Amino acid sequence: MAQKAIREFDAKSILAKHWDKYFPDFTYAYETVMVQNGSELKEAAKDKTWLKDKSLVAKPDMLFGKRGKNDLVLFRDKKPGDVSLEKAASWIDDKSSSKQSVYFSFDGDTPTGDASVDMLTHFIVEPFTPHKQEEEYYISATCVGDDDMLYMSAEGGMEVEEGWDEKVTEVAFKITDTEAAIAKKIKANIPKDVAKADKDAFGEFAIGFFKAYRELNFAYLEINPFVMQGKKIELLDMVAKLDDTAGFMMVDEWGSVEYPTAFGMEAKSPEVIAVEEADAKTGASLKLTLLKPEARIWTMVAGGGASVVYADTIADMAGIEDLANYGEYSGGPTTGETKFYAETLLDLMTREKDPSGRGKVMIIGGAIANFTDVAKTFTGIIQAFEIYADKMKEIDLKIYVRRGGPNYEKGLKDIKEAADRLGLYIEVYGPETHVTDIVRMALEK
Amino acid sequence: MAQQLFTRDTQAIFWNNNKTAIQRMLDYDYTIKRETPSVAAIVAPTSGNKFEKFFFGPDEVMIPLFKTTADAKAAQPQADALLNFASFRTAYDVTMEALNLGGFKSIMITAEGIPERLARGMNEFARSKGVIVIGPATVGAITPGAFKIANIGGTIENIVNSKLHRAGSCGLVTRSGGLFNELSNIISINADGIAEGVAIGGDRFVGSVFIDNLLRMEQNPNVKYMLLLGEVGGVEEYKVIEAIKAGKLTKPIIAWCIGTIAKYYDSGVQFGHAGASANDERETADAKNAAMRKAGIHVPGSFNDIPEIISAVYHDLHAQGIIKDIKEPHMNICPKIRRSKEFICTISDDRGDEATYAGFPISSVATPDTGKGIGDVISLLWFKKQYPKWATDFIETVLKTVADHGPAVSGAHNAKVTARAGKSVVESLVTGLLTIGPRFGGAIDGAAKYFKYADDNGLDPKAFLKYMKGEGVPIPGIGHRIKSLKNPDLRVTGLMNYATEHFPSTPLLDYARTVEQLTTSKKENLILNVDGTIGILMVDMWRALGYSEKEINEFIESGTLNAFFIVGRSIGFIGHVLDEKRLAMPMYRHPMDDILYDVPVAEKI
Repeated sequence: MAQKAIREFDAKSILAKHWDKYFPDFTYAYETVMVQNGSELKEAAKDKTWLKDKSLVAKPDMLFGKRGKNDLVLFRDKKPGDVSLEKAASWIDDKSSSKQSVYFSFDGDTPTGDASVDMLTHFIVEPFTPHKQEEEYYISATCVGDDDMLYMSAEGGMEVEEGWDEKVTEVAFKITDTEAAIAKKIKANIPKDVAKADKDAFGEFAIGFFKAYRELNFAYLEINPFVMQGKKIELLDMVAKLDDTAGFMMVDEWGSVEYPTAFGMEAKSPEVIAVEEADAKTGASLKLTLLKPEARIWTMVAGGGASVVYADTIADMAGIEDLANYGEYSGGPTTGETKFYAETLLDLMTREKDPSGRGKVMIIGGAIANFTDVAKTFTGIIQAFEIYADKMKEIDLKIYVRRGGPNYEKGLKDIKEAADRLGLYIEVYGPETHVTDIVRMALEK
Repeated sequence: MAQQLFTRDTQAIFWNNNKTAIQRMLDYDYTIKRETPSVAAIVAPTSGNKFEKFFFGPDEVMIPLFKTTADAKAAQPQADALLNFASFRTAYDVTMEALNLGGFKSIMITAEGIPERLARGMNEFARSKGVIVIGPATVGAITPGAFKIANIGGTIENIVNSKLHRAGSCGLVTRSGGLFNELSNIISINADGIAEGVAIGGDRFVGSVFIDNLLRMEQNPNVKYMLLLGEVGGVEEYKVIEAIKAGKLTKPIIAWCIGTIAKYYDSGVQFGHAGASANDERETADAKNAAMRKAGIHVPGSFNDIPEIISAVYHDLHAQGIIKDIKEPHMNICPKIRRSKEFICTISDDRGDEATYAGFPISSVATPDTGKGIGDVISLLWFKKQYPKWATDFIETVLKTVADHGPAVSGAHNAKVTARAGKSVVESLVTGLLTIGPRFGGAIDGAAKYFKYADDNGLDPKAFLKYMKGEGVPIPGIGHRIKSLKNPDLRVTGLMNYATEHFPSTPLLDYARTVEQLTTSKKENLILNVDGTIGILMVDMWRALGYSEKEINEFIESGTLNAFFIVGRSIGFIGHVLDEKRLAMPMYRHPMDDILYDVPVAEKI
């Protein structure tokens, strides 16, 4: 996926790094640290004396919002703005010591839906910034359809989403709009509620913000709220996504940014991480998502489109309870890459027998390839079979193959011969069989 | 708007020397009996080669290689499709350069993962220039029977199986490349194949979208109905619905969005392509399928029902007479096993009963009763043509004239010295031959080159002399040690008389004679010598035989004129070598009193 969420700390760091370029008329202190526990925070305070000198605010930095409503923002000990380094450190240690429940949606202050439960591992700590409510503003930018959108409001904070239509000014920009046209359009659309005296400053800041969004290849950028006190800016809360396809040209601009797994999402398994790493190293494509590793139907499908069709069909015919994974290999992977990918899947699917005693199913599917050499990739699958044959028999695995494309006759013949030699159950079909028909066949057994 | 994406005349510039993909295109061209290869040039920025060899059916063709798109476009201006196979790092720059160059109707981009902001800018720029962008992240497009991009359709066997070698009646648009192929196959089984097909690409921002392609197909009379395969994510399918409502799309449309499974999982699971992620309810596959069904599009119950619905729509149109039966065209069959040849031979062939010279059995030119001479053999083996008798006689006259010029000239001298050192005939001969070059025998080349240059550029004799002075060289072919106009070189006289009598015309000789008049007026012995006469008359011979000036220049540059001297003078050299052997002359040592010794002591530096 091209759009990847980053931590609030990284988003602030990227903006701070380029502050003078985009916001030459404003100042930003960039007093912010990210820590995983209390002692890290105290360690950081040796360099960053403001951690000792100022009262602090601490909150988790793990890609979820509504932290205030989840009571996960520390800004008061006895009264607002009295949080010391010691207090922040002990609060972080407390919150990170056991699993926490987080709600992602609220109706007023009442949570709706199920809570996600997970450990809190990353916290961002900043100075407490006393300010007046009217100094808070909202701004965000993203791409909708073919246009870039800029959203601005004189009212920042958690309430902006409630009452969006009245409070927020939306401005659309064509990709071809010039700098001058963009600046003109922004100046003409400053939210009415921004105080007259602050309109120019707000406009200048919005122009710089929108330019940073574009030039630094953000896919989404939101500051809610930012505080503007004359020329002094505070970024109280930020959400950002990067277009990671631009990573190769943003090496210096972004610095060392990481793409964490969202809170509550199961951490990626080592197998999935290994496939991701292999994918990053090849011109071909290797993708793996584990949906329900204990389920009985596993897919190893070639092609980004065909893999979806197989998943649709399995969901229609068997239901998603039986679907263990989603993934695809395509773009002409080598024999070695295909072997690795097949091994990863075979390792995962042979760990446990199906609890209800049914055999497991492996769908080796694919459309008619344009250029991927079927015999070459199947050689990789066969090599993986050779390693896992015994385990595959233990879980009573039935293999269904359907594939076409360059060298498919040889590929199908080879895989059939190999499975027969290894004593594995296999059915093999070519382009004369409808692409997803093997799903029906597998389910009828 | 063009009705059809490509025609049988469409030619492409292929950016990146992707040999497999290019070969697939040429196999397709041969199969559908295209006259020209669909790839006119290859851009290979880091290659030092000028050509790349490819099979065209059983034969091989050379496709020129260029370092830049600009060079390729300048050399092949008719090529109006750019197939951009650059990586995601450079694909944007390559596309923008081509758009700025102009002259391209369509640009296909294969790279996946071009930065989104760049892709948006690029697509918009192309749109403003009226250029159709296919991709990024695509396998391409095809107009069956006319032109196919790179790997689309897969192997040639699959293409023929899926009836992609000739136009059917379906217009096919998909996101996915693999499913494009699958659907082509399904359409060929359940209907009569496709008239045009485009895989628009899997990235979030692609150049031409569904609606662009469908609107073009609506105008294409070969397209009788259309099939759209969409995906979860994006709102492009709604533009199709709008166009139907506005009456801009009237042909029957079959459509399906894949990714119905996505609704079961949160947005963290990315199904399929980068573009395949629903941001709201409207973008889900179910919502789009329902909306399309409501708009009157033929939407199956699932992907598995697509074959049935294609068959129904096709047979309905066929029954109405809108789709006619297709007469299967005759096609070429690509040989399965081909091996690229290490060497190429175009002059002789020893594979049959009897070896041939340019198609003529040796026996048909060898014996006296054939009436053929060595001039005929040279015309066959050197020029692959049957020269008329006046020309072959002239060639023989030249060979005879240059056969020898006595023992004192440096080539003959070297051959003699070597023979006396006890070396063999061939060793002694090549010692003599190696002497031939710019100073010995080279005047033939030089005379032909400079006199032709002067004549081609309309220089009068005075201007020619001035030009040669500027070049800083004496005029090749002018001047003799002792001969003059009054005491002519009879070899020259003989050649000129023959040419005057037998050549259809001698324009360069006529010109050279006017130059000679001027030079001899300055000094008596500055006559046209035998080297000059041969070089000049060879040019006149080739002109009379109908060669273009470019071809004649290539003969001169490749050293063909020197070759006549080499063959002729070999006769003389061998004579001198055999003479030495016969005389059993001892090892030669040059007399010391014939050498000026002037050897100072080397200075220290």
